[in-house]
Amino acid sequence: MTLSTPSWHRGLRSLVWPVAALALLLAFNAAFMPGFFALEARDGRLYGVLVDILNHGSRTALVALGMTLVIATGGVDLSVGAVAAIAGAVTATLLVEAQVAWPLAIAEAVAIGACCGLWNGLCVSVFKLQPIVATLVLMVAGRGVAQLITGGSIITFESAPVSAIGNSAFLGLPIPVTMLALAAVGLHLLVRRSAMGLYIECVGDNPVAARLAGIPDRAVMMTVYGLCGVLAAVAGVIECSYIKAADANNAGALLELDAILAVVIGGTALSGGRFSFAGTIVGAMLMQTLTKTLYMHDVSAEIAPAPKALVVIVVCLLQAPRVRAWMAGLWSRGGAA
Amino acid sequence: MKLHRWVSLTPVLATCVLLVGLFAFGAASYPNFASVAVVRNLLVDNAFLVVAAIGMTFVIISGGIDLSVGAVMAFSATLAASLVEAHGLHPLAAAAVVLAVGVAFGLAQGVLIAMLDVPPFMVTLAGMFLARGAAFAVHPQSRGVTHPFVATTLNETLSLHLPIGARGVVIPPTVVVMFVLLALAWVLLRHVRFGRAVYAVGDDASAARLMGLAVRRIKIGAYALCGCTSAIAGLLFALYQQSGDPASCKGMELDVIAAVIIGGTLLKGGAGSVLGTFAGVMILGLIQTIISFQGDLSSWWTRIVAGGLVLVFLLLHRGIAVMAGRVARLA
Amino acid sequence: MTSDADRPLLEATGLVVRFGSVRALESVGLTVRAGEVQALLGENGAGKSTLIKCLSGVVKPSAGRIVLDGRPIEPDSPHDAERLGIATVFQEVGLIPHLSVAENICLGREPGRRFFRGLIDWKAVRSRARQAMGRLGLGGLDVERELGTCSVAVQQMVAIARALDVRARVLILDEPTSSLDRGECVKLLEVIRQLRSQGLGIVFISHFLDQVEAIADRVTILRDGVLVGTFEAKSLPRSKLISLMVGREFEAAAARDASDSGSIEAGALLSLRGFGRSGMLEGVDMDVGPGEVVGLAGLLGSGRSETARLVFGADVATRGRMTFRGKAARFTTPRQAIASGIGMLPENRKEQGIFPSLSVVENLVVSLRARDGAFAGLSLRAQVSLAEEFVRLLGIKTPDVHARISGLSGGNQQKVLLARWFATRPVLLILDEPTRGIDIAAKADVLRAVERLRAEGTAVLFISSELEEVTRSCGRVVVLRDRRSVARLEGSEITEQAVLAAVAQTT
Repeated sequence: MTLSTPSWHRGLRSLVWPVAALALLLAFNAAFMPGFFALEARDGRLYGVLVDILNHGSRTALVALGMTLVIATGGVDLSVGAVAAIAGAVTATLLVEAQVAWPLAIAEAVAIGACCGLWNGLCVSVFKLQPIVATLVLMVAGRGVAQLITGGSIITFESAPVSAIGNSAFLGLPIPVTMLALAAVGLHLLVRRSAMGLYIECVGDNPVAARLAGIPDRAVMMTVYGLCGVLAAVAGVIECSYIKAADANNAGALLELDAILAVVIGGTALSGGRFSFAGTIVGAMLMQTLTKTLYMHDVSAEIAPAPKALVVIVVCLLQAPRVRAWMAGLWSRGGAA
Repeated sequence: MKLHRWVSLTPVLATCVLLVGLFAFGAASYPNFASVAVVRNLLVDNAFLVVAAIGMTFVIISGGIDLSVGAVMAFSATLAASLVEAHGLHPLAAAAVVLAVGVAFGLAQGVLIAMLDVPPFMVTLAGMFLARGAAFAVHPQSRGVTHPFVATTLNETLSLHLPIGARGVVIPPTVVVMFVLLALAWVLLRHVRFGRAVYAVGDDASAARLMGLAVRRIKIGAYALCGCTSAIAGLLFALYQQSGDPASCKGMELDVIAAVIIGGTLLKGGAGSVLGTFAGVMILGLIQTIISFQGDLSSWWTRIVAGGLVLVFLLLHRGIAVMAGRVARLA
Repeated sequence: MTSDADRPLLEATGLVVRFGSVRALESVGLTVRAGEVQALLGENGAGKSTLIKCLSGVVKPSAGRIVLDGRPIEPDSPHDAERLGIATVFQEVGLIPHLSVAENICLGREPGRRFFRGLIDWKAVRSRARQAMGRLGLGGLDVERELGTCSVAVQQMVAIARALDVRARVLILDEPTSSLDRGECVKLLEVIRQLRSQGLGIVFISHFLDQVEAIADRVTILRDGVLVGTFEAKSLPRSKLISLMVGREFEAAAARDASDSGSIEAGALLSLRGFGRSGMLEGVDMDVGPGEVVGLAGLLGSGRSETARLVFGADVATRGRMTFRGKAARFTTPRQAIASGIGMLPENRKEQGIFPSLSVVENLVVSLRARDGAFAGLSLRAQVSLAEEFVRLLGIKTPDVHARISGLSGGNQQKVLLARWFATRPVLLILDEPTRGIDIAAKADVLRAVERLRAEGTAVLFISSELEEVTRSCGRVVVLRDRRSVARLEGSEITEQAVLAAVAQTT
């Protein structure tokens, strides 16, 4: 059980399964869907199914990065969809009704996302509410707040820079991909270059020991939920940028499911402890590829979540200790009991 | 110790005070609020929610949670409508099939949670999307139900006509079903071994195991029961809307959970009652009614107020737990 | 005190239990007669709880036999053992707080009504409960009360009543008096006497020797997983009893009972006066000077770990005074204590110490990094070299510093935890049972490390159940009993006899 390898090597090993699953899915598509891998370059930008996957997958992956940290502390954040809706609503309303400059509008939206996240962190770390319920409250109330902000209607805006976020490219790839790259690098530096990553893993692995070892568990909780809120807000801005409008009712739909699935598939355990950003990103792309595959096989958008949910059940099953022990037993059959 | 008694009764008291207070507020603020019609509509509009919340109460008392309720309701409604309209089944036969599927679904969730230790929120979150997708797979749009049994027998013949109020009032069978199920659930929780075991398992599962209770089986039973009530709630909803719509009931699990918490059931398990849950649903319904009477408040205020109320009650429960600990140390 | 001399009620022989490489029980036996109270004694790690777990079906012994009333039995769960006739009241009571007293007594076996078998007959439940409580002399209790609203003493009675309702023949009581006050203890002992006269065989585990002396007919002593012997209680004086438990010959030499110091010693690093917390620790007086190794001695439950936790801020003190480094101090979180220069090795390394999924390095540097802040920066190379240095210094056996700590043996895990605190260079290091559950070689390494600490000027508060370690390593020993400090021994006064005498004195 002991591994005599440095941590990055161990990290690569845990990526094997998600990457293999992604490769399998891509191979399936290559076989049954001609043109899946077709890429076309136009006006300095790449187009194609793979690019679409990267685009929308990046939005999910951004939220999933924040979700990874929350799950690593042993919690969960169900409010990310509502926060995304609020962020989109704030952005659109500020742009259209308050005539605010676009950098400020986006900054405010992200700041509000941070506040939502910090509120969740407060409920969990100070009021000691269960994460599911604490974030459920915001999930319920947050949608209402978003609708309140937009006044119940869909607000369209014209701002070119904001719509460029979701609809333009940087270095040939859609901007969300760049944002994901920046966020991933930034978060990696934050958790691996500072002691934050260690604090987070300790709090998730053994909360009692973490407190006795002197880890500032409250501050850690507030930080991870705050970050999750920020990233959810960013995803909300991207989403409203796609359609140049804020739709408080439908924005961020299924976002929490996709984010949690990405984290689980990426190898981070729901009980907390060790986490992997790389695994989460692979998981997000896997989920997006699966979604795209389903769409391309004429599975409607409403039915598509069902097979995704099945995938997640299977993954959770495989992670369950009982199942693991049973499989280990199968493996070693033939040896002495 | 008497103080202890008060401390543990506080959630129930808070719920009752809120219910009465809301009604009094409405009656004082708007004419025609304190009328038979308002009460009737409250019951009729929320009967299916109460039924769904009954199962959720069992699950939460046992220490778990079920996020798939809304999706199962939509699936049940859609399946029933399809069986009746597209496959010519008699509504009662269709109802039987839908019930069986609901129970099986709940059983499957319960097995994953209790035997394989997958966290309840994860299993039921996946279950929610499975059920929702399945609903759309059955039929992608809303389908009206026009079977004569439903149109006449259920809606008219079986409705109660009571001579209360100015013009008499019609109570549809959905409300009767709700009260019957409430009574059955109350008896089950208070006077049957299974119900008492659910409380025990939710309060302290390891102590319950040491005392010889079949903890896993009880948890699975709670989820199966929740699947059953969700299916019934879906059928009632279909009756209420006279159609089965796969896109309906979105987010209703949150309303149900909110009602259960506001009704005084502790989220960590071990305490709660279906009467409190009924009061919780009525409180949410009253808020909705007040908002519609007000006229100029948008309906999404309901969501915000509901979320806020849940938070208040969660903090209240948490505060009570801390107080109870302090009182115990003093004793 | 009549006993059925024909055939013992319960006879366990040759029980062997091993957890991995640790031998919890080696060929241990126990016989219980009907109508007798037998006390089961032993220090921490002696095997008492393991023996009880075998009898109550929680643990399956790898060898040995249990015979009840002449029939061999193999209980595979507490419920099964109850059915067979052995009921256990565990230390944590193990009942359902939100249900009523009557329900707890009948849970799982509620009688059904005559016409509707599915419905519970509450009248019958209440009468059965009253009957069971009546056998304990508590027939007047309101059996409809919520169990959680009753005191711990009453809850224990309810647990015993449940055992009676099951018609148990053997009743095992695991540390029943640890949460009871004087009056409640007296009542419980009365109840036990009553049950004895009703023909039950009772096994009574306790570390309170005066209670054992008051009630036991026979005494079985375990030490290090081995049966030392079973004796008639009458023929065993307390001094002999203690030395059998501890394994040391002991003469009743007079111990110097140092009176409490009125003033705080000048130059003391840590000073406690009447220090405690309601419900947890009554009052402790203690002084630790810089570079001193002070031991906290006492039997299980005397308040040693509680003192450590209150000093370290893991729990918050509500009584008395604490002075650290010349200033009044009261730590409300461990972080505050660590910032002031205190470290603590917790009692239970598995639950309170290690981060099982993380590596040796990470477990080692965590407190250092927690204290210095998230952005203080400690390169991986520096961390690895620090870890390797401690691996060398303490002789930690690990394939490499990146191995998961859960793969290491208990002794090596403990050494990593020690290194965690050494790395923070504390001014005062509290060690709570540093050598528990580790092999001999590792024990020696740990004690050597403590000696090195002292030589470097770090003060150490040393808590251990092993008398030999305490007397060997400490320059001062504070003896605790019943959650307060009762004696202080200095320098040459510290001998095992003296400590034992202070521990054994009857109040």
